[in-house]
Amino acid sequence: MLDLINAGVALLNFIIIPATAYGAQLALGALGATLIYGILRFSHFGHGDNMAFGTMITIGFTNLLLGLGITFGPFPTALLALPFGIIVTALMMLLMDRTVFRFYRRRRAAPVVMTMVSLGVMFIMNFVVRFGIGVDDVLFADGTRFIIAAREFRDWSGLDEALSLRMTQVITVVTAAIAVALLFWFLNRTRTGKSLRAFSDNEDLALLSGINPDRVVMVTWIIVAALTTTAGVLYGLDKSFKAFTYFQLLLPMFAAAVVGGLGNPLGAIAGGFIIAFSEVIVTYAWKKVLTYLLPDALAPAGLVQLLGTDYKFAVSFAILIIVLLFRPTGIFRGKSL
Amino acid sequence: MSTHVQTTGNQSLRTLLLFLGMALLLVWTGWAYNANLALIILNMGLISAVMALGVNLQWGYAGLFNIGVMGFVALGGLGAVLTAMPPTIDAWQAGGLRIVIGLFIGGATIVIAVMTYQRLPTGPRRGLITTAIVLVGYALFRFVYVPGTQAVEAVNPSSTGYLGGLGLPVVLSWPVGALMAAAVAWVIGKITLGLRSDYLAIATLGIAEIILAVMKNEDWLSRGVKNVNGIPRPVPYELDLQNSPEFVAAAANLGMNAVTASTVFVRLNYSLMFAAVVIVLLVLAQLALNSPWGRMMRAIRDNENAAGAMGKDVKKRHLQIFVIGSGLCGLAGAMMATMDGQLVMSSYQPLRFTFLIWVMVIVGGSGNNFGAVLGGMLVWWLWVMVEPISQQLVGYITAAMPEGWLRGRLTDVAPHTRLFLMGLLLLLVLRFSPRGLLPEK
Repeated sequence: MLDLINAGVALLNFIIIPATAYGAQLALGALGATLIYGILRFSHFGHGDNMAFGTMITIGFTNLLLGLGITFGPFPTALLALPFGIIVTALMMLLMDRTVFRFYRRRRAAPVVMTMVSLGVMFIMNFVVRFGIGVDDVLFADGTRFIIAAREFRDWSGLDEALSLRMTQVITVVTAAIAVALLFWFLNRTRTGKSLRAFSDNEDLALLSGINPDRVVMVTWIIVAALTTTAGVLYGLDKSFKAFTYFQLLLPMFAAAVVGGLGNPLGAIAGGFIIAFSEVIVTYAWKKVLTYLLPDALAPAGLVQLLGTDYKFAVSFAILIIVLLFRPTGIFRGKSL
Repeated sequence: MSTHVQTTGNQSLRTLLLFLGMALLLVWTGWAYNANLALIILNMGLISAVMALGVNLQWGYAGLFNIGVMGFVALGGLGAVLTAMPPTIDAWQAGGLRIVIGLFIGGATIVIAVMTYQRLPTGPRRGLITTAIVLVGYALFRFVYVPGTQAVEAVNPSSTGYLGGLGLPVVLSWPVGALMAAAVAWVIGKITLGLRSDYLAIATLGIAEIILAVMKNEDWLSRGVKNVNGIPRPVPYELDLQNSPEFVAAAANLGMNAVTASTVFVRLNYSLMFAAVVIVLLVLAQLALNSPWGRMMRAIRDNENAAGAMGKDVKKRHLQIFVIGSGLCGLAGAMMATMDGQLVMSSYQPLRFTFLIWVMVIVGGSGNNFGAVLGGMLVWWLWVMVEPISQQLVGYITAAMPEGWLRGRLTDVAPHTRLFLMGLLLLLVLRFSPRGLLPEK
C-alpha cells in the first residue's frame, strides 16, 4: 500500500505536475496560432518570436515596477506587468498587420504567400528581441518559490518520495484556466466574438451579413497578443526566458494546434496537453515508479526510458505525423482549407 | 512572337548584368578586405546556390513548400562522414553487428505493422493488433540495439566512439550524401505529400528537427554533439604546400608569401570544384525546365486539378521532384562538410539552413534557375558582410554617444543586424517585386 502511494507521489511529482504546467503554456500558445489560422487564414511562423517579444516587454515592465519598489507579495511581479506587456504586444502586432499583412489580405493572396511573408516577420522579430534583451538566459520570477517544498513534504508525510509544487506551476494553470474561460466566454457569448466565429466559418457570408472585416482582424490580433504574451510569460516564469528557446517553441505549439485540428480552439487546448504529456511520458525514466509497483523479482534493471530527453521535439512531431496520417484534419476536426 | 523574343533578350541581358554585378561585389570584397574572405564567401555562396537550386526545383517548378532543408543538408554532411572517415574496426567488433541486427528488427517491425494494418479489416481489433506488434517489436529492438550502441560508444569515446565511415575518397560522398537525402525524402514524401501546403510546411519543419535530433543523439553513427573532425580533403593541405619548394618558388614569382598563397590556392581549388558542380546542375536544371517534363511540372503547379484531369499523376510527380530537390540539398550538405572538413551538429540551425535558403530563392526569383544561383550567391554575401559593415557603422554612431542602455545594446547588436536585413529584404521583395531579381520567363 505504501509502495502504491510512493509510486503515485513520484508520478505526480515528475509527470503530472510538470506536464500539466507545460501543457497549459503550450495550449495558450497553440490557441494563438490556431486563431490566426482560423480567422486570418495562414500559419504564422513568427508566432514563437512574437511570444518572445511579449515576454521581453513584460520583463521590461517588471524591472520598472521593481525599480519603483512595487512587488506582488508572494506572487511574481511579472503578473502585474503582464497587462502592460499585452498592450504593447498588441500594438506591435497591429503595426505589423498594417505594414505587412494587410496588403496581402486585401489582395486575397494565397495562404502559402502569407506564410512566406510571415517568415520575413519572423526574421525581423528575431532581431527585435535580440536587440532588446540579448541572447542570454533571463530569470525574472520572484515572490514565493515553493507552495510545497520537497523536504517539508517528506517530513510531514513520512514517505520515501518527495513532492514539490512550485508557485509558478500553480500560477500557470490558474492563469491559463482564466484566460481560456475568458476566451470561450468572449467567442460564444459576445457579439464581437460571434462575428469572429462567423468570419472564421465563412468569410464571404460574414461580409454579406455586414460584419466589418477590419474590426474582426483587429480584435483577433489583440486576442492573439493577449494569449501569446500570457503563454510566454508563464513559460518564462516556470523555466526561464531565452530568445532561442522561444523560437524553438514554435514547433510544439504548431504541433499542438495541428494535432487538435488547426482553427479549432478546443482542439488547440487538447493538443497542448497531448503534446506536453507525451513529451514528458516518453522521455521519463520509469524505473522508480515501476520499482514501487512491481514485485521485487520483476524490478527493472535499466532506466526504462523510452527515448532520451533530447528527443523531446521529435516526440511532438512524431505525434503530429501520426495524427496527420490517420486523421488529416486533427482530432477535433479543424479546417482543411 | 517578336515581343517574346525581345523579352527573352532583355532577360538574358539582365541575367548577365546581375551576375557581372555579383562578380564585381566579390572582387570588391577581395580588394577592400582580403582575397581569402572573398573566396570563402564565393565557396559557401556556390554551395548555397546548390541548395537554392534544390528548393527552387520544389517550390519554383512544383509549388511544394518544403521548410525542412536543414535536415537534408545535415544528412548530406553525415554522408561525407560515412563515406570518407576511416572505419573504427574496434567499434565494429564491439557492437556493430548488434546495431545492424537491431536496426533490421526495427525496420521489419514497421513493415510488418504497416502490412498488418493494411490487411486486417477495419475495427478495434486492427488497432489493437497493430499496436501490439509495434510494442513487441520496439522492445525487441531496444533489447538488441541498445547494448550494441553502448558498446560502440564506449570504444575510445574521446576520439572515436562511433562506427566510422568507409574510408573512401571524400568526393564520392557528394553523390552518397545526395542519395541519402533523397532516400529519406522519399519516405517523408510518401507520408506528407498528400497534405495541404501549410501542413506540408509544418510537417517538413518537424521532420528536419527529428533528423537533427537523431543525428545529435545517436553517437555511434555521427558522434552526435561531440563533432567529427578531420574529414579527409580532396585538395592539398596548406602545410604541405608551404613545405614544398616548388610551391614557395611559384608563390614568390607571383609576389605572394607562401602562407597566404597556400590558403588562397586551397580555396581556389574548392571554388573550381564547386563551380563545376553548379554549372552542371544549372545546365541539367535548365534542360529539365524546358523539356516536356518541365512544362508538365509547371502545369501541375499552376493548376493541379486541370493537370490531373489531363491524366498526369500529380502525386507521383510531386514525390519525384521532392526527392530530386532534397537530393540536391543533401549534395550541398556533403560539399559543405567536405569544405569544412568537419561535421558540427550544433551549427545546424533552421534560420541559417532553412529560412535563409528560402530568402535566397525568393530574392533570386522563384522558378528561375539562374535566379536561384544568383540569389544564393548574393544573399550569402549579404549574410556574411552585413556584420563587419554594421560593426563599422555602429562604431561611427556610438563614438560620440554617452554610456548607457542604448549604447550597450547597439554595440551588442551588430551580429544580429543580418536577421533584420534578411527579414526586410524578404518582405520588400515579396511586396514590391514578388517575382524576384530574375523573374521566371
